[in-house]
Amino acid sequence: MAPVDTTTNAGRLPARASGGRHRRGDRIFGNAAVIAAVTILALLVGVAVFLVTEGFPALTASASELPGHESFLGYVAPLAFGTVLAGALATVIAVPLAVAVALFITHIAPPRIALTLGYLVDLLAAIPSIIYGLWGIFVLGPAAVPAMRWLEEELGFLPIFAGPASITGRTMLVVGLVLAVMILPIVSAVAREVFSQTPRKLQEGAQALGATRWEMIRTTVLPFGRSSVISGAMLGLGRALGETMAVAIILSVSGGITFNLIGQANPSTIAANIALDFPESSGLAVNLLIATGLVLFAITLATNFLARLIVARSSPR
Amino acid sequence: MSSSRWLVVLVAACVLVLGLAACGGGGSSSSPGKEGESGTGSGDPPSTEASGEIAGAGSTAQQAAQEAWIAEFENADSGATVSYDGVGSGGGREQFIAAGVAYGASDTPLSESEGELGKAIKRCAPGELVEVPNYISPIAIIYDLPGVEELKLEPETLAKIFNQEIEDWNDSEIAKENPGVELPETRIVPVNRSDESGTTENFTDYLSKVAPQVWTHEVSGDWPVKGGEAASGTSGVVEAVANGEGAIGYADASQAGELGIAKIKVGGDWAEPSPEAAAKILDLSKEDPELEQGEKHVIAFEIDRKTESSGTYPIVLVSSLIGCTKYKSASEAALVKSYFEYAISPAGQELAAEAAGSAPLSGKLTKKVEAAVGAIE
Repeated sequence: MAPVDTTTNAGRLPARASGGRHRRGDRIFGNAAVIAAVTILALLVGVAVFLVTEGFPALTASASELPGHESFLGYVAPLAFGTVLAGALATVIAVPLAVAVALFITHIAPPRIALTLGYLVDLLAAIPSIIYGLWGIFVLGPAAVPAMRWLEEELGFLPIFAGPASITGRTMLVVGLVLAVMILPIVSAVAREVFSQTPRKLQEGAQALGATRWEMIRTTVLPFGRSSVISGAMLGLGRALGETMAVAIILSVSGGITFNLIGQANPSTIAANIALDFPESSGLAVNLLIATGLVLFAITLATNFLARLIVARSSPR
Repeated sequence: MSSSRWLVVLVAACVLVLGLAACGGGGSSSSPGKEGESGTGSGDPPSTEASGEIAGAGSTAQQAAQEAWIAEFENADSGATVSYDGVGSGGGREQFIAAGVAYGASDTPLSESEGELGKAIKRCAPGELVEVPNYISPIAIIYDLPGVEELKLEPETLAKIFNQEIEDWNDSEIAKENPGVELPETRIVPVNRSDESGTTENFTDYLSKVAPQVWTHEVSGDWPVKGGEAASGTSGVVEAVANGEGAIGYADASQAGELGIAKIKVGGDWAEPSPEAAAKILDLSKEDPELEQGEKHVIAFEIDRKTESSGTYPIVLVSSLIGCTKYKSASEAALVKSYFEYAISPAGQELAAEAAGSAPLSGKLTKKVEAAVGAIE
């Protein structure tokens, strides 16, 4: 919840300060803020330049020179697909859950329970991703095997449950679930923050007109928080796209592009693939991995850009 | 909220960001410069003055053994410091060539096909290149099939299983080799490494030699067949096989634990991985002139995977130490020499067997390797 607080307030502060007299404190503050902003930009540009220069040899190499004798596009396409699929799956699972948790905490639960639950959800963010990975292979994966078998038998006509179901549970579906748990705290923190700021007057007005609690939430809280929830979801998606260790440990990566979520042959993700292949790579293979990192960078930027666009469109205020 | 409090927070944040930027900037400016930067975890690249300190990097398979050697070596030779960074074989070769580390360790010998051998020879000039096998580890074929205590597989069948041509455990081809064993109808799930590894490279090399008609894939550290179950690291493969009924995989024999280990046909016998059987294979193998390029102190084998001699186990990983005969300082050379000597000595090999489950070098090979290491000045 802290990041939301500071960004919104930091955005307002300079405007207020510039209206007043120029004191020393204001100058220091103004310069510090500019330096911070420039630093962030410089970092971003620095990373982009690094990715482009180091990835360039692989981008320009012919297919026969690259390890695996595959063109760059052929190599990166399944990885990019896997990255987006895992991220989208996690977001689809996590966002409704996060919104529900946030509503429960801000509008339904008694204050004491709400406070405890809020802390607990935030605590999920403190668990290192490697622990999530281990939990995925030792607990969630094996536990999900019977469920995935059932999905294959009952819903096998859907391409996403086509099977044959994995016998170890190291599937895209399990990765999606683990990632969803990982991004839940971010999304719900953002949602909680904005839901609790819904103007009291609106809520009371709705109830005065005879709305039930659900109708009040639907007509005032949800519309008020919509754009923030979307940006929270995009923050979560960003984390899911870049998640490395949990995916590298859990996912059985041996396939190309497939929508089958419960099989043993899954496409890898860009970040996990770099983590798995980098230690034993040398020469052009390293450039190739860095070039895939550039693609991940582009995907993340595009996601953020899209999020801004959606937020800008959906907030008339 | 008072604006002065905000100011403090913001200034603090700026300091933090700038601090990070300084660190990040330093890191990125050094990396694009050179191809093989000296990224040794413990820091200092060997300099002429560093008398009592050397750094090595390479194979993760050797990591446990290297750590054991270093601990004992430093105990005995007080004042000397050796550090080893298990960055992977490829990284180890690259860092050695770039002179970032004093010695490297690799699961595959330096080869001319990737141009690395020539570069390594150049790195050692005016001295000469030293490359000797120092770590042999049998790779076990592990499986999880309740009720099946013993499983025998011909090399060809093994290749077909991992190539996903045989799909069920009660396939006639497996049944033929295991008379009297009741094989279930379970689906076979071959498990491979998802990370690039020397184990995979040695295993695919074995398959391509013994079953060339079936295994037409290129030998590589990256598993070539799509669609199987993949797991990261040796422990990942063992875990996946242990969890999955009907799974079969390959892993360091020392890590197989309670899992069933398949017997592989070698000549007329059924062989199981054991330190003696694994070490014996190098006595039967010929040195590979292409990998040695006439270098006097390079010992690189073309492992005789197709051996028919009984009591040998041909699915092994052979990892080598890489160094030079001359270093910038005599003390550095002396340190590399005494460390190498310890690693290949019977005591060192015994220690590695205890720490990592590797197979000690045979007496015959030890003599040869000692001669090569003795050339370090």
